[in-house]
Amino acid sequence: MTGFAEQVAHFMGPFVGRVPHNKRLGLRFIASGDKWVELQLPYAPHLLVDPDHGIWASGPIITLMDTCVGMASMLARGAFEPHATLDLRTDYVRSPKPQATVTARGECYRMTRQIAFVRGLAHDGDPADPIAHVAGTFMFSPSKLAGGRP
Amino acid sequence: MTNPALATLLQQPHGRLDMLPYAALLDLSFEKVDGELQLVMPFDETLIGSPGRLHGGAISGLLELAGLLTVIAAQPAGETLPRVRPVTVTVDFMREGACVETRAAASITKLGRRVVNVHAQAWQGSRDKPTAAAHINFVLDWPEQAAPRP
Repeated sequence: MTGFAEQVAHFMGPFVGRVPHNKRLGLRFIASGDKWVELQLPYAPHLLVDPDHGIWASGPIITLMDTCVGMASMLARGAFEPHATLDLRTDYVRSPKPQATVTARGECYRMTRQIAFVRGLAHDGDPADPIAHVAGTFMFSPSKLAGGRP
Repeated sequence: MTNPALATLLQQPHGRLDMLPYAALLDLSFEKVDGELQLVMPFDETLIGSPGRLHGGAISGLLELAGLLTVIAAQPAGETLPRVRPVTVTVDFMREGACVETRAAASITKLGRRVVNVHAQAWQGSRDKPTAAAHINFVLDWPEQAAPRP
């Protein structure tokens, strides 16, 4: 791993779960690499939209994925720079199993001067049987740091 | 979501959405404004994503619930309610979410029996300056279609 990625894994990673809204949902850091991040959201009753049928709200899954791919874009950037989500598309492939822990893995597959292109998957145990798939973009201020084409 | 109590609640001029645990987490209430269903998310510290800004995931969750509840409210009265589930959600983030109240409302582009196409908007203060917007495709699962898979 690069020095920056190690720094993120050791110091910034655990911080993700302390961001107020992430903490409220119960989101936690698992692991990260040069351009990817893995986070988890364990089941909690407050994440449901339909408690009678144990159906998760989709908002917490978006929050998990947004956080995950946002952090991946920061890793790919190689620096702590302000960035904002431009757009994020989520495909809900299926509902999580009742009381499952949802694991998200997000990566930044392309970094340009201003835009990070990201994608990610959420699953509840088997990455080959995903719950959700996301694709999105993050906007950075033009920077000399990460190179890349405009 | 097949809860008839929710459909009844949405016929009221205003109310709280605590029967949906995730909506309770976001402290959501609703108001009918000139016949339009508007969701209200008061500012709270637990909604913060990065310092001084709302988490994009919380805004997405609000947008999605505005879409979901608008679809439920649009179902014919007295009929069996379908389960309404989002299949694809695309969120565009236009402005930073400030630490103030956020509102959201949705309009139905096409109300089909199996698929409903929805556009949802979230704003703070001025509706002319949306914070974020979402395009959501919901699929309706009617109880009589819920036959066990072979």
